[in-house]
Amino acid sequence: MSGRPAWQPVIGLEIHTQLSTASKLFSGAPTAYGAEPNTQASLVDVALPGTLPVPNRAALEKAIRFGLAIGASIAPHSVFARKNYFYPDLPKGYQISQYELPVVSDGRMTVRVEDGRTIEVAIQRAHLEEDAGKSLHDAFHAASGIDLNRAGVPLLEIVSAPVLHSAAEAVAYMRTVHTLVRWLGICDGNMQEGSFRCDANVSVRPLGETRLGTRTEIKNVNSFRFVEKAIEYEIERQIRALENGETIVQETRLYDAAHHRTRPMRGKEDADDYRYFPDPDLPPLVVTEADIAAVAAAMPELPEARRRRYIETLGLSESDAQQLCADKPTSDYFEAMLALLPGAAKPAANWVLGELAAALNEAALAIEHTRIPAPMLAGLVARVRDGTISGKNAKDVFAAMWAGEGDADAIIAARGLRQISDDGAIQAAVEAVLGEFPGQVADYAAHPEKQEKLLQFFVGQVMKKTRGQANPQQLLAVLRDRLRAALDA
Amino acid sequence: MSGDVAQLAHDLRARRVSAAELVREALAAARRRADLNAFVTLLDDAAADAASQCADAALAAGTASPLAGIPFAHKDIFCTNGMRTTCASRMLENFVPPYDATVVERLRGAGAVAIGKANMDEFAMGSSNENSYFGPVRNPWDAARVPGGSSGGSAAAVAAGIVPFATGTDTGGSIRQPAAFCGITGLKPTYGRVSRFGMIAYASSLDCGGVLARSAADCAQVLAAIAGHDARDATSVARPVDDYVAALGGDVAGLRIGVARQYFGGGVDGGVAAIVHAMLREFEKLGARLVDVDLPNAALAIPAYYVIAPAEASSNLARYDGVRYGHRCADPTTLEDLYTRSRAEGFGAEVKRRILVGTYALSAGYYDAYYLRAQRARRLIAEDFARAFAEVDLVAGPTAPTVAFKLGEKSGDPLAMYAADVNTVAVNLAGLPAISIPAGFSDGQPVGLQLVAPAFAEARLLNASHRVQLATDWHLRKPAR
Repeated sequence: MSGRPAWQPVIGLEIHTQLSTASKLFSGAPTAYGAEPNTQASLVDVALPGTLPVPNRAALEKAIRFGLAIGASIAPHSVFARKNYFYPDLPKGYQISQYELPVVSDGRMTVRVEDGRTIEVAIQRAHLEEDAGKSLHDAFHAASGIDLNRAGVPLLEIVSAPVLHSAAEAVAYMRTVHTLVRWLGICDGNMQEGSFRCDANVSVRPLGETRLGTRTEIKNVNSFRFVEKAIEYEIERQIRALENGETIVQETRLYDAAHHRTRPMRGKEDADDYRYFPDPDLPPLVVTEADIAAVAAAMPELPEARRRRYIETLGLSESDAQQLCADKPTSDYFEAMLALLPGAAKPAANWVLGELAAALNEAALAIEHTRIPAPMLAGLVARVRDGTISGKNAKDVFAAMWAGEGDADAIIAARGLRQISDDGAIQAAVEAVLGEFPGQVADYAAHPEKQEKLLQFFVGQVMKKTRGQANPQQLLAVLRDRLRAALDA
Repeated sequence: MSGDVAQLAHDLRARRVSAAELVREALAAARRRADLNAFVTLLDDAAADAASQCADAALAAGTASPLAGIPFAHKDIFCTNGMRTTCASRMLENFVPPYDATVVERLRGAGAVAIGKANMDEFAMGSSNENSYFGPVRNPWDAARVPGGSSGGSAAAVAAGIVPFATGTDTGGSIRQPAAFCGITGLKPTYGRVSRFGMIAYASSLDCGGVLARSAADCAQVLAAIAGHDARDATSVARPVDDYVAALGGDVAGLRIGVARQYFGGGVDGGVAAIVHAMLREFEKLGARLVDVDLPNAALAIPAYYVIAPAEASSNLARYDGVRYGHRCADPTTLEDLYTRSRAEGFGAEVKRRILVGTYALSAGYYDAYYLRAQRARRLIAEDFARAFAEVDLVAGPTAPTVAFKLGEKSGDPLAMYAADVNTVAVNLAGLPAISIPAGFSDGQPVGLQLVAPAFAEARLLNASHRVQLATDWHLRKPAR
């Protein structure tokens, strides 16, 4: 890509994560996805007269967990505010959100960009708010339907500072947040169901300029690929406009996935005035030091800390560490193996990222649904490490385990794969092979340049005779000794 | 119905009358006094009999609570499961809630029998009960006068002897002022003492459920039934409920009553002031001490209230959009049309006025100048009371600056109407408990004395009122007919 050195894109993301609580943010109605329309809407969600919101502490606890994970400040008092606007899927005529005093502010995340760079992304705030319902415009003839199942579902809106400078950085950041919220168990991350979606604020400015350009907001994008495409398109569009001497209009735009472009959202002529004010139905949310300590005590090791430990303490490569920490189930699987295989981090990592990843991929299974539990795979690695089987046979044992034939020891026994590590047995096999191929033995003595190749030939023959069970290191040592002796003789 | 709650409870236990008979009698009285227009909806006889049966059974079994079998009225702002709840608005003319408000639930649990829903100012916005979609309520003392508002139907029904007590709500004086105008006792508890769940919101930070009855003793009995924490209202307070009935036996000797100079300001009618002073001397006779107190920010109360209350109302009433329930205009052509016409047709003039004022006060560019300043004023008013209560146990003054005015007298002048709330709204802004008790008559019309107490000191308020009611008979006076 040639790039345009004259312009610098500036991007900030507002990521909406649906907090995985059993009930809604302000009512007892369940939050399960996919129920029949309006079967998960309580009196409060329908906004019947006289009903009142009561905050769900589980959602607050999850917000605190996120805040602690990004090193943010947790507000001792945070305030719910009403965002007032009329829309049929907004039953109260206002959305309960947090405005001036969000529960989480001032955090940061380390993000690894695809090109290998590492960037620090400042998170301005993360606030609790309720989701709106859903308008169904195609379900009825000449009328719209309203489904309030989603109304009141808890969201944590995570707002980054405008510090991202390319679509790639934005997507890398979004992926890091996605990994983290799932890692923390606060959001299922399901983008098809809308549990994780994002608005992107995009502007461009001449390189070297410190003031921000006029931004546009791309609303409600729910896939990594679309976010990347939408931002790329928007950057190009703005640069082209500016280079043509046009000005950028501050507006909300929608991403049109079919045509890979953004377009202005229709019909919002008036500047929005949401008339935010503190919700008088809800006293400030109080978070004590003890509340924070309780959440902190239950925090899992975070992906970034784990990644560093893998590299610094376990001696894994950057790339292996990165891949193992891409999601918590993979990393936890590796941890479970490690607990049974002290000092065997590297082979354990190789198996998880190699054979296991390939098998899962082929079967289109998530690691949570693997056919080989971590202790079983650890058992296989242990048998390779203690020399019971060869690395080559281990792959067959893995395949048999995947097929459900039992654990490593059972398969090794059933198939007679136990490696021959007895010097005497290996020497006998070597003698037999050398006896069978006197010509090759003579060649070995006569042509030093053929020795390596012939050595491999003899190894192959011994393996054939022992059905692959000879310990390869031992075999090689015996062969070299024996052939050297033949040369000396 | 001649008796108060205490008398009727006694009669019920003595088997001189059954709950079914009392309830029938109350319904008959309500129909007989249709001229007052105190009710929006009345229970039918069959439902009344069914409702009384439980109470009669409990009375027969000797398990009845003090309110069992007592007929009463709910202000039509409390949601009643299966009985329409209109808030005196065309918007909710046909709204039948599928649930009971906490206050409704608790009074039913106590065995009291609601005979119907009392008329009120639309969405509790008004001080005269002239803002009802179902027409104005008449004052039982003088049919040409207003009963006060917004709990005008509740006050008129009690004053006319239809029921011994009624529920009400008080956002800026809506229990105390009609109690004063109708010559009865009206209690507004501390904000958070009575659950707001199921009470249709006007201004959430000010709205307070309470009771109108003949006497402080009856108010104590009803408050005991409705007070207490409710997990369905996040602003309800988890604090033990005092024994209000037991507290009635207390003494008032040595009680320090603060007389606020500002409550006798320019707008207060001379006759009203004289009667209030006379009533305060009754407290002195009982051994209470009168102390002058200063509430220097009292003048901020009206402007602060008329910013904060409309601001909250503009948002609280946004849910009435014609989409899910309530009035919907005929044949809407667009979404905009649906909203505009449903709300234009469904709301009355005063409700629209307050929605407009509130929307303006919250708008970008005006928020700081109006809403935030009003909140600052609110803090100053609360601090005034805090300072006063460092010196005195109660603060006293006239509940309203005048006696009940004539129908139509102020309805053309909203500002004059708002000014009549001068002595009551500050109490709501500070979230304090207050009571209005009958203090005498000026020009033949009842005058109310307001007593204000520190937060959660309802027992003190009720005890003082009860002691003075034992020594005087203003609260026993009844209108002719």
